[in-house]
Amino acid sequence: MSKYLLRRLLGATVVMWAVATLVFFMLRAVPGDPFLAMVFDTGDPAAADEMRRAFGLDDPVYVQYFKYLLQVIQGNLGTSIYGSRVPVSTIIAESFPRTISLTVLAFTIAVTIAIPAGLISALYKYSALDHGVTFVAFLGLSMPDFWLAILLIITFAAGLGWLPAIGYAPLSSGFGTWLSHLIMPAIAIGTPFAAIIARMVRSSMLEVLKTEYIQVARSKGLMRWYILLQHAFPNALIPVITVMGIALALLMAGAVVVENVFAIKGLGRVLIQGILNRDYPVVQGAILVVSGIFVLSNLVVDVLYAAIDPRIRYE
Amino acid sequence: MTAQVTDSLDDAAPVIRRPGFIASMKRDKKAVAGAVLLALFTVAAIAAPLVAPYDPNSMEFDMIGSPTWGHPLGTDDLGRDLLSRLIYGAQVSLFVGFATVGLALVAGIALGVAAGFYGGFIDNIIMRYIDLQWAFPNFIIAVYLVAVFGTGLSNVIVAISLAFIDDFARVARSMVLTIKQEQYIDAARTAGTSNARIMWRHVLPNALAPLIVLATVSVSNAILAEAGLSFLGLGVDASTPTWGLILAESRSFISRAWWLGLFPGLAIMLTVLSINFLGDALRDHLDVRETGEADRA
Repeated sequence: MSKYLLRRLLGATVVMWAVATLVFFMLRAVPGDPFLAMVFDTGDPAAADEMRRAFGLDDPVYVQYFKYLLQVIQGNLGTSIYGSRVPVSTIIAESFPRTISLTVLAFTIAVTIAIPAGLISALYKYSALDHGVTFVAFLGLSMPDFWLAILLIITFAAGLGWLPAIGYAPLSSGFGTWLSHLIMPAIAIGTPFAAIIARMVRSSMLEVLKTEYIQVARSKGLMRWYILLQHAFPNALIPVITVMGIALALLMAGAVVVENVFAIKGLGRVLIQGILNRDYPVVQGAILVVSGIFVLSNLVVDVLYAAIDPRIRYE
Repeated sequence: MTAQVTDSLDDAAPVIRRPGFIASMKRDKKAVAGAVLLALFTVAAIAAPLVAPYDPNSMEFDMIGSPTWGHPLGTDDLGRDLLSRLIYGAQVSLFVGFATVGLALVAGIALGVAAGFYGGFIDNIIMRYIDLQWAFPNFIIAVYLVAVFGTGLSNVIVAISLAFIDDFARVARSMVLTIKQEQYIDAARTAGTSNARIMWRHVLPNALAPLIVLATVSVSNAILAEAGLSFLGLGVDASTPTWGLILAESRSFISRAWWLGLFPGLAIMLTVLSINFLGDALRDHLDVRETGEADRA
């Protein structure tokens, strides 16, 4: 197991290096010079040269590349070239907890609803309840998350006035305040995720219920609920957990869009604002951190997969 | 003599024809509903100049007017007819949806079949890249690529289709690896059939079912991706009415004008839903196992 873990960690490091390299060279292949664009305002080419020197852009590309890799390893992601020249690592450190609390809340809500829904759907196969769950899951998969966000705002903020329409409050300002700001974005992001999990739980539960060991348990006269919870459910969860990795990535992708609807300055908003402002150091840093989260969550899911299923042994 | 053998082997290529495709789809209520809805949107998109009641960009009406007989879906903040804008918006959504998947399908199959068929070094090179991309959700990759390429219709199409390539390549490769073991491939090889011909005549037809299902679901994901990019201001240019852009523009007015928030999203959802219904029916009909891969947005 530890050998497997080591190999996976090494693999994850290679992926991150590849992402850092791709991002570095792709952003430099872009036509159009952000520094020239900025100096357009002042109309002073000398200032542009000055700025290029300050940002180390007059070095040859390979020198820039190694300098950049060295900086990234040290946790230095450069400085924003837009507005007040804040270090990118500061911007990301501020936005990181927002995105994490949003996705964790979305995950919790989604799983709490989806797993029971999927189980009920499987146990009462082809009943009205099953059809209902399936239809809602279809809607959830087909609905753009940002539209759901808007509908929630129209209803609960603009209409009923129960919840704040935009913004973020940290957990330190009280659980209620935190939750009231995050509940709508979390539902918006969590809905497609919940739809996938519910469908997955249903189909994998149906597979398991057909297996021989469940038949044996039944013929031994074990109680229905005992069989379901002790034998069927844990085995049905295994494929669900593999999909979980994919679905977690979906939550992060959702956060990138939905943070922009609720004006939550998380990683997604930082990334999109960076792109719109052509603030390359910020875009580069945000891509690295968001990618790091994906790579890490894939790793965790794989390890979890090995831990939960005793049949899987990694050498 | 040899030529004859090759020909007869070619004819024997086991293309799986399942009987009663249309009949089986007709029995599936979801498939029928999906087909009707999608046909409706497609006709509206193609015939937009005939169907739309007004010019989508003309600003001659009351601003933020609620739905009336003259403007069934109301008007926006600049006094444009929302129904007409949504009908024209269908053009972009459907075009981007089908064009991106078409490109991703061709490129992904080429990569996947090459990797699976030749194996070794080529497989290694292709799959390392595919694995790298696989670690990220398609939408995020599309955002990264638009960040690099810039916005605009063709850039958006290229970005989304590149983002979807890995899905097709993986499915195509794993199908090829399975099919390669079959005896009819050995037979064709023994008969001296060229690699290209084996792939085209024997491997591809047998790998089609899961690829068709994946392509269908991908169209709906591509439509969602385009809407998301447009919504973020990273889509097609600001003068073209797209569903995502219309929603983004309406954000400041949704507290006063619910119709501006409701209808564009409803258009997106119904289109995506109709394709998902069709995809699900296809999956049942072609008996492709659900892996969750296709649901990756």
